[in-house]
Amino acid sequence: MDWYMVLKAFITGGIICIIGQILIDKTKLTPARILVTFVTLGVILGGLGWYKYLIDFAGCGATVPLTGFGSLLAKGTISEVQTTGLIGAFTGGIKAAAGGISAAIFFGYIASLVSKPKIKKQ
Amino acid sequence: MKPIQSKEEYQTYVDQKTPNSPILKNCFNAFWVGGLICAIGQIIFEICKIRGIDETNSYTIVSMLLVFCSAFLTGLNIFNKIGKFAGAGSLIPITGFANSIVSPAMEYKSEGYVMGVGAKMFTVAGPVLVYGISTSIIIGIIYIIFNTQSLILV
Repeated sequence: MDWYMVLKAFITGGIICIIGQILIDKTKLTPARILVTFVTLGVILGGLGWYKYLIDFAGCGATVPLTGFGSLLAKGTISEVQTTGLIGAFTGGIKAAAGGISAAIFFGYIASLVSKPKIKKQ
Repeated sequence: MKPIQSKEEYQTYVDQKTPNSPILKNCFNAFWVGGLICAIGQIIFEICKIRGIDETNSYTIVSMLLVFCSAFLTGLNIFNKIGKFAGAGSLIPITGFANSIVSPAMEYKSEGYVMGVGAKMFTVAGPVLVYGISTSIIIGIIYIIFNTQSLILV
């Protein structure tokens, strides 16, 4: 196993999280806005083709944060556009990210069905 | 206490009174928790590579497993404690996306399974998907218009 790659993933992922933490502490952005900002930023960086270099360098350190989710949307869109044209702009993004989105919805639904909501102490 | 006249005066007053959030400590916690989640992802990825699964599918498997763990831990009320401790460290990785789906769904379960669980799941995930997908479609259209290598620096 490539432990050097694991270390690089640890450091890169950590640095991306520090950027998020600074945004939380220094600005008045809500967590939802920060998530939206990170995904949009990832789509733009992925569309420009720059995020690919970070993925080559850090592997999951770049793909696991939400910027990686965004770059996956952009990557899927561009590769689909190259093969099918304009329709690809509408189908490619979700096709590439389908695994993550479906897993989040399905596991999220199951988890909320089986769990009991925490009863707040009065 | 003398009355506060201007907006700036009020802002300085608020800054004096609010306790300084320990930003260095928060950043450190965010760093190692976020880094750890990414490192776990990388270990899963390496295992997939040894088993001969191709790169794209491996990244999907990593996301799905992390999402599953996050949903599971949120259901057990453990993830919220990690989130309180780590801040952005658990929010920015895809675990935070899963958490943002499960926790409102759990909270609004009493409102029923369709308008409670089904609708409230997307209070945070909905905007993320809307902006992510819309931007990616715009990127695709821009790519069609300027289909040049100079714009897409690859």
